[in-house]
Amino acid sequence: MDFINQIINGLSTGSMYALVAIGYTMVYGIGKMINFAHGEIIMASSYFALVGISSLGLPPVAAIALSVVLTAALGVITEKVAYKPLRGKGSLEVLITAIGVSYLLQNVFYLIFTSSGKTFPDIMPQGSFHLGGLHITYITLITLIISGVCTGVLLFFIHKTKMGKAMRAVSEDAGAAQLMGINVSSTISLAFAIGSGLGAVAGVIYGAKFSLINPYIGAMLGIKAFIAAVLGGIGSIPGAMVGGLMIGVAESLTISYISSDFSDAIVFGILILILLIKPAGLFGKNVREKV
Amino acid sequence: MKPLLKTSGLGIQFGGLKAVDEFNFEIGEGQLFGLIGPNGAGKTTIFNLLTGVYKPTSGKILLDGVSLNKKSPTQITQMGIARTFQNIRLFKEMSVIDNVKVGLHHSHEYSLLSSILHLPSYFKGEEKMDQKARELLSVFGLEEFADVKASNLPYGKQRQLEIARALATSPKLLLLDEPAAGMNPTETAELMETIALIRKKFDISILLIEHDMKLVMGICEKICVLNFGTVLAFGSPDEIRNNPEVVAAYLGSEE
Repeated sequence: MDFINQIINGLSTGSMYALVAIGYTMVYGIGKMINFAHGEIIMASSYFALVGISSLGLPPVAAIALSVVLTAALGVITEKVAYKPLRGKGSLEVLITAIGVSYLLQNVFYLIFTSSGKTFPDIMPQGSFHLGGLHITYITLITLIISGVCTGVLLFFIHKTKMGKAMRAVSEDAGAAQLMGINVSSTISLAFAIGSGLGAVAGVIYGAKFSLINPYIGAMLGIKAFIAAVLGGIGSIPGAMVGGLMIGVAESLTISYISSDFSDAIVFGILILILLIKPAGLFGKNVREKV
Repeated sequence: MKPLLKTSGLGIQFGGLKAVDEFNFEIGEGQLFGLIGPNGAGKTTIFNLLTGVYKPTSGKILLDGVSLNKKSPTQITQMGIARTFQNIRLFKEMSVIDNVKVGLHHSHEYSLLSSILHLPSYFKGEEKMDQKARELLSVFGLEEFADVKASNLPYGKQRQLEIARALATSPKLLLLDEPAAGMNPTETAELMETIALIRKKFDISILLIEHDMKLVMGICEKICVLNFGTVLAFGSPDEIRNNPEVVAAYLGSEE
């Protein structure tokens, strides 16, 4: 029973990683770049929610909504200011810029909020319940539900709406898509907005789960989600979901059966293994060089 | 006849190479125009200039009197020029009908917010798009394949789907880049009928690049022969057929 319990905990943490991983994968699929500042954008979302609740006195739901909107805006602004001018340049320039953006955000939040951890208010019901032999906290359950709903809405959006179709078209062939009258630039912005907005949900969940946030939480969360995206096959949304869940479960099982010291090592070990065995990831396509 | 598209002195230079030079032509409303020439003559380059993929280094392009020189490919498509590609560029992972819907994208407005919030206008918008997309597919007999993944269509059907997708952008001018490439004679004959049909049904002008002389001579009213980036000859199919320069440069090698 304990094993199943750990799996459930893992799935819950994993669904949080999945929300972040979807941001990486969407931006990669549509903008053909890896936004290494994505983790910091999520860190920012935790602070937005914190300010909303503690300083503005908003009810949690309103604070979360505010955080989602502000974070989406932050994602779009980052894209417009930092990445758009580099479009068509090499991937190395974009990569270096992304790292720069990530340090910039970290330090801006450090200046405003200092490096000391801030207590994140309890916005989710505390405690736990028993189901059969399972012992599940409410946060675990709520995390799973929220993540599930978010990914459901996203999948509906991608597959059933015209903006979603435009995104899929740009991700397959941006050149052909613009010749069908699709504005590639605004589609890329939309990908950043959605990716950051979903990340904001993860950022709030992170705050609620660990109760303490500081300007550096984005780094580890971001890199684990990135590994999840690579594991699932970067560019693939179902891949990011499955990858996120797998990383979460691997982490949870390592913590309970091996040692919590090893959990990060296992996650990074997974990255090395995928790169060696299946660099395209589980759902990734073999990328053929265009001649 | 009122000119729909007019180019004057159009040219583009890649480094020292003048890929297209002093290209002047005019295509009237409803006209079916053929662009032929040996490999490397600059035909596809002209398509890329007309659709804004390449920016001209000299000359002007006017659509309905409006200059296209500074417009992006997206804007040009929205202004009414649509194209197909020499090597098929469908959205392979998407279904046949979704490919057409991508083409319908810019002409069907409903707000992002309403699609997220699931409002009635979303359903109305999507329903209209669905209807329009099915209508277009039926012109090409592709209705039954609506939900098939585009990459699973047979080759000839993929070419037709590309035309359907281009038509979905409601163009005034349709550019077809070697639509008969790789087709067998039966498929080519079918294609000729389809082209004649869409020209009538959609009331548009068509500019066609093609190597299949039977197709070009059979359906085009005017033909422009391109060689080394410049216009070699211009005229009706008969004039072209009897032009000694053309025969020497191009057709001669075929006979």
